Amino acid sequence: MPIEVRDLTHIYNKGSASESVALSGVSLRIEDGEFVGLIGPTGSGKSTLIQHLNGLLKPTSGHVLVDGRDIWEKGGSLRWLRQKVGLVFQYAEQQVFEETVRQDIAFGPRNLGLSEREVEARVKAAAAMVGLPADLLQRSPFELSGGQLRRVAIAGVVSMQPQVLVLDEPAAGLDPKGRDEVLSHVQDMHESGMTVILVSHNMEDVARLCERLLVLNQGQIVANGTPREVFSRADFISEVGLRAPDVVALMEKLRERGWPVRTDVVSVEEAFAEIARELGQAKGARASP
Amino acid sequence: MAEETGTIETRALVHRYEVGEEERVTALAGVDVKVSRGEFLAIIGPNGSGKSTLAKHLNVLLLPDSGDVFVFGMNTREGKYIWDIRRSAGMVFQNPDNQIVATVVEEDVAFGPENLGVPPAEIRSRVDESLDSVGMLPLRRRAPHLLSGGQKQRVAIAGVLAMRPKCIILDEPTAMLDPRGREEVMRTVLELNRKHGITIVYITHYMDEALYADRVMVMDAGKVIMQGTPKEVFKNKDKLQSLGLDVPPLGKLSGMLAGAGYGVAPDALSVQELVEELCRLKSGT
Repeated sequence: MPIEVRDLTHIYNKGSASESVALSGVSLRIEDGEFVGLIGPTGSGKSTLIQHLNGLLKPTSGHVLVDGRDIWEKGGSLRWLRQKVGLVFQYAEQQVFEETVRQDIAFGPRNLGLSEREVEARVKAAAAMVGLPADLLQRSPFELSGGQLRRVAIAGVVSMQPQVLVLDEPAAGLDPKGRDEVLSHVQDMHESGMTVILVSHNMEDVARLCERLLVLNQGQIVANGTPREVFSRADFISEVGLRAPDVVALMEKLRERGWPVRTDVVSVEEAFAEIARELGQAKGARASP
Repeated sequence: MAEETGTIETRALVHRYEVGEEERVTALAGVDVKVSRGEFLAIIGPNGSGKSTLAKHLNVLLLPDSGDVFVFGMNTREGKYIWDIRRSAGMVFQNPDNQIVATVVEEDVAFGPENLGVPPAEIRSRVDESLDSVGMLPLRRRAPHLLSGGQKQRVAIAGVLAMRPKCIILDEPTAMLDPRGREEVMRTVLELNRKHGITIVYITHYMDEALYADRVMVMDAGKVIMQGTPKEVFKNKDKLQSLGLDVPPLGKLSGMLAGAGYGVAPDALSVQELVEELCRLKSGT
């Protein structure tokens, strides 16, 4: 179920004094099973863009196609779309409202008119997918930790069994352990075949997890490539108000100092391999007469 | 002890929250902290470890269940000190949108001193000075909702500065900001500390921000369980990870290189430090 955006422009308050262009001529295509990172400074249009993907916002001009179908073409209900494209908002736990974790995750599937048996099966599957132990299901959401609560909110979307999962800063405000928990389960869902679109300010996270990055700036897509390609242009990255991961900065400095190392590393492990190779050779050279 | 009045200090501080009818949760289980004048203290710890509760005690937003809190010699239990304490130890919170009250930047910054009854001419100079210190003077007539997250947080900091505090307590001020906004706020905080000698208590989940501090304090389950310079603290990679914390990426890298026997100091934490260390090793000197 590929997603295609064609020449999408979105203008808030069009025609009024406070008119502002949030997206301007954005085109992109996301294939089945991809893990795409969407990055860009605050106000670059990320949230506006993702709200178009499941029809929460209507383009001022341009088209959004899901599975080859223009989502606004015939008018009518967008219910089919909301089931296929699940959107997890920032600080999603603020939307958890039921008395028990089970009830909260069941809310969406129950609205689909599924049988209680099917609802329960979906709740269990969704809880497992985000790593919530079954014994938490009868607890009140308010007894949970921040990381657990965030995962309850994600499970509420996952229980609709979307084919595409869009997450807006799913790890914001969590401690490192909570962040790892949330992100490793997102990774699992991707590996099970789901298309994942991750909006994040954390460059280390997107470098490590995503297969492809889209960089938004001032309502336009200014870069599209693998994390390796995108972050190797450190000047460009800081120009748009982002920051390449520390390991990239380190490798660039080493290169300036004459080390023949790659600068397109995306993880601590890759940087380690590069440096270890060079140090090993230097050691070897000194050891031999 | 001359230093006595120049510090913020908690003694055996205990705080319990009520959760339900009978049940109480201990958020702070006997915390002793001393912050010296002019110090930059970073506090890290997992969610629910008590960091924010501690910060609220320093600003008299909470009172101890037992133990005492002294802010520049004033006990927070004594009601008469409440405004003096809040003026001398100002607080900046996570969400900039919840802290800005006025419709123009400079009016927002003037809000605090106006409430203190500071004369208008003096307010003017305090507002300009404060906005200048955070690099927001050129945008003083802007409407706050048109600012970026980093700019809003700097306005919030200016609002605290206009009260002429000796200390600023920041509770995850960058959690909602993009990388540039984080950098702006961090640079501002550092400058206030280094140039103007303002004491900083900085709570964060970003380990790389804690690197700028003079001292890092680690909290878990309502207790201070570790403290020292960033180097001393981030050496304890296993311990931090078992708490659900992390070490900054370059700390991880230098640890890996040290572990593999390359003779790298395991506590190199910044790009510059690690580059120097590696070049020294490579040239074999």
